[in-house]
Amino acid sequence: MLDQNAVETEIPEKENPVESLLRMDRMPHIWCPGCGIGTTVNCFARALEQSKLDLDSVSIVSGIGCTGRVAGYLNLDSFHTTHGRAIPFATGLKLANPNLKVVVYSGDGDLFAIGGNHFIHAARRNVDMTVICVNNLIYGMTGGQVAPTTPVTAKGTTYPYGSYDPPFNLPYLADSSGAVYVARWTTYHVRHATKAIKEALARRGFSFVEIISPCPTLYSRRNRLGDGLDQMNFYKENSVIKNGADTKDVGMDFQGKITVGKFVDRERKTYRQLMNEHLTNVFGEQYTPYEG
Amino acid sequence: MKANKRDVLTGAHFIDGDHAAGEGAIAAGCKFVAGYPITPSTEIVERIAARFPLVGGMFIQMEDEIASSIAIQGAVWAGKKSMTVTSGPGFSLMMEHIGFAAITETPCVFINVQRGGPSTGLPTLPAQADMMQARWGSHGDYETIAIVPNSPQECFDLTIRAFNLAEEYRVPVLVMMDECVGHMTEKVVIPEADKIEIVERKFTKKSPGEYRLYDTNGTMFPEMVKAGDGYRIHLTGLTHDEKGYPAMSPKVQQKMLRRLVDKILTNEEKLRHIEEDQIDDADIVVVSYGITSRVVLPAIKKARKEGLKVGHVRLVTVWPFPEPYIRELAKKVDAFVVPELNLGQIVHEVERCAAGNAETKLVPHAGGAVHAPEDIYDAIKGVVVHA
Ligand code: SF4
Repeated sequence: MLDQNAVETEIPEKENPVESLLRMDRMPHIWCPGCGIGTTVNCFARALEQSKLDLDSVSIVSGIGCTGRVAGYLNLDSFHTTHGRAIPFATGLKLANPNLKVVVYSGDGDLFAIGGNHFIHAARRNVDMTVICVNNLIYGMTGGQVAPTTPVTAKGTTYPYGSYDPPFNLPYLADSSGAVYVARWTTYHVRHATKAIKEALARRGFSFVEIISPCPTLYSRRNRLGDGLDQMNFYKENSVIKNGADTKDVGMDFQGKITVGKFVDRERKTYRQLMNEHLTNVFGEQYTPYEG
Repeated sequence: MKANKRDVLTGAHFIDGDHAAGEGAIAAGCKFVAGYPITPSTEIVERIAARFPLVGGMFIQMEDEIASSIAIQGAVWAGKKSMTVTSGPGFSLMMEHIGFAAITETPCVFINVQRGGPSTGLPTLPAQADMMQARWGSHGDYETIAIVPNSPQECFDLTIRAFNLAEEYRVPVLVMMDECVGHMTEKVVIPEADKIEIVERKFTKKSPGEYRLYDTNGTMFPEMVKAGDGYRIHLTGLTHDEKGYPAMSPKVQQKMLRRLVDKILTNEEKLRHIEEDQIDDADIVVVSYGITSRVVLPAIKKARKEGLKVGHVRLVTVWPFPEPYIRELAKKVDAFVVPELNLGQIVHEVERCAAGNAETKLVPHAGGAVHAPEDIYDAIKGVVVHA
């Protein structure tokens, strides 16, 4: 029974500090209690605020999946594209209008299974965009199937006896494909993650931030790892900060140590710079630069 | 609006259909092309890649056709006119994004230079076997527009038309060339820029507060905006309401889908583009499209010479199909003869519309070459004409 008197006590309603960045008319969101995606959105929103970017010029592009829904909740120009294809859509968007700040925000399955080819090519070209990957080590939206990030021996519905499918080490993949900025944090490291996103947004070129995030509903439960809070405790106990670590060495084992930090921060010319410089050399005055 | 002088290579040229299509895109104001090499369409993107640095366009060779077909849509939402180009195997890979363009109402152009299939099939030889794929290839219900050139000149003209229709109807428009038309070299006359009619994108004049992504303002077509203009749009491939927000209900689905389909089907007559020849007294009408519409000419001529009353209807717009037109014609003639470079695709539409009022006869060809005119002549001869 409700205590009738409790109604009298006014609880001051505090405004969510990032509310202006959210589409409040779309709340409540679809994510489960204890899911880490919301935490990453909070980090992103704060990073965006701190970045002082003109928000009208920021576009966010998602693929499909639980994280794919992020685009729909942010009060920005937002594009919820097809499964795995956020990056090529973002490539078109960015190349067509270089004044846009383009962010791809998606999950590990979307970006690295079905979309893996696009990831490596956009990094190779150094298309100017920030890719934020919420890595929960599993397919959430479809019900807990293994992803190309699921650690060996962890269980998913499609590998019910534990996975033997070797996973990607995402920072290593991003690094070797040419990303100019690569960092990994967990949802426990909200300040670090926020700072990393802010730095990534400030970089010119292909920047990549991986955020390890709990999926209590599917990954943790099936693997008997407790709830969202237990996962946060696990991240707290088992993360090792190693800025500048060789990305070769940051692969993840099932319930093993998680190397976090900023691994790569370098300069490379963007696709557009390369194009303009090269064609100016070839054509001289005749070159008509693309009016984006 | 008229074409931009800088973009138009005015004059008479001796070029193939692929190059002509590339020039058509440039003249139409296309500024972004993403593509992946595939025979027999590659010359189109090669032409674009060679010309774009001189006219302020951007070409990017993507990692595959899937990427190409969605990159162009990103470019559209950044405000550009965009296109991708491919052939059968690549067209198959692009299907999901034709659906994405249809549901999001993203105006863009796809050129498919058809070759023999299925699968890798006949890379350098012609077919017209993707015609049903153009209509039904992506999952779900939707409508597009498909137009079919039969000469290099038309590759130029109809590519411009494709861009214009995409803007007017807010759909992906498919230019269904074939290997013959793509690789055939003929005279192509490119007019003065001020003789080329261009449909500009209809950007909204509403303020961000008033604007809704799929508000049609009492018409069938919503107005466009572009990223970066402060509208803070949400675009999704999910079923969506007028605001563009996902809304999973049978009611919203019905409303959205009905308009996506009706905006094309109810405008069929306006979109209708056919060429008629000797129809008035005809007992038999040959219905053809693309390269086949040229191959049938000697057969019709020969049959006419022998006193057979044969006419010709060439479909330039194949989708939406000119259903009322064929229905009416079927009441006046005895038979339709439908030659196509496939084992029977558009013939099903003709037969459906004929509804038993006229006999419908397919002249199939598995592809790899065009029909021998004699085969078409024999088919005409084989038709029973009622006195
Ligand atoms: S299924 Fe997992 S990833 Fe998806 S919302 Fe629930 S907890 Fe988050």
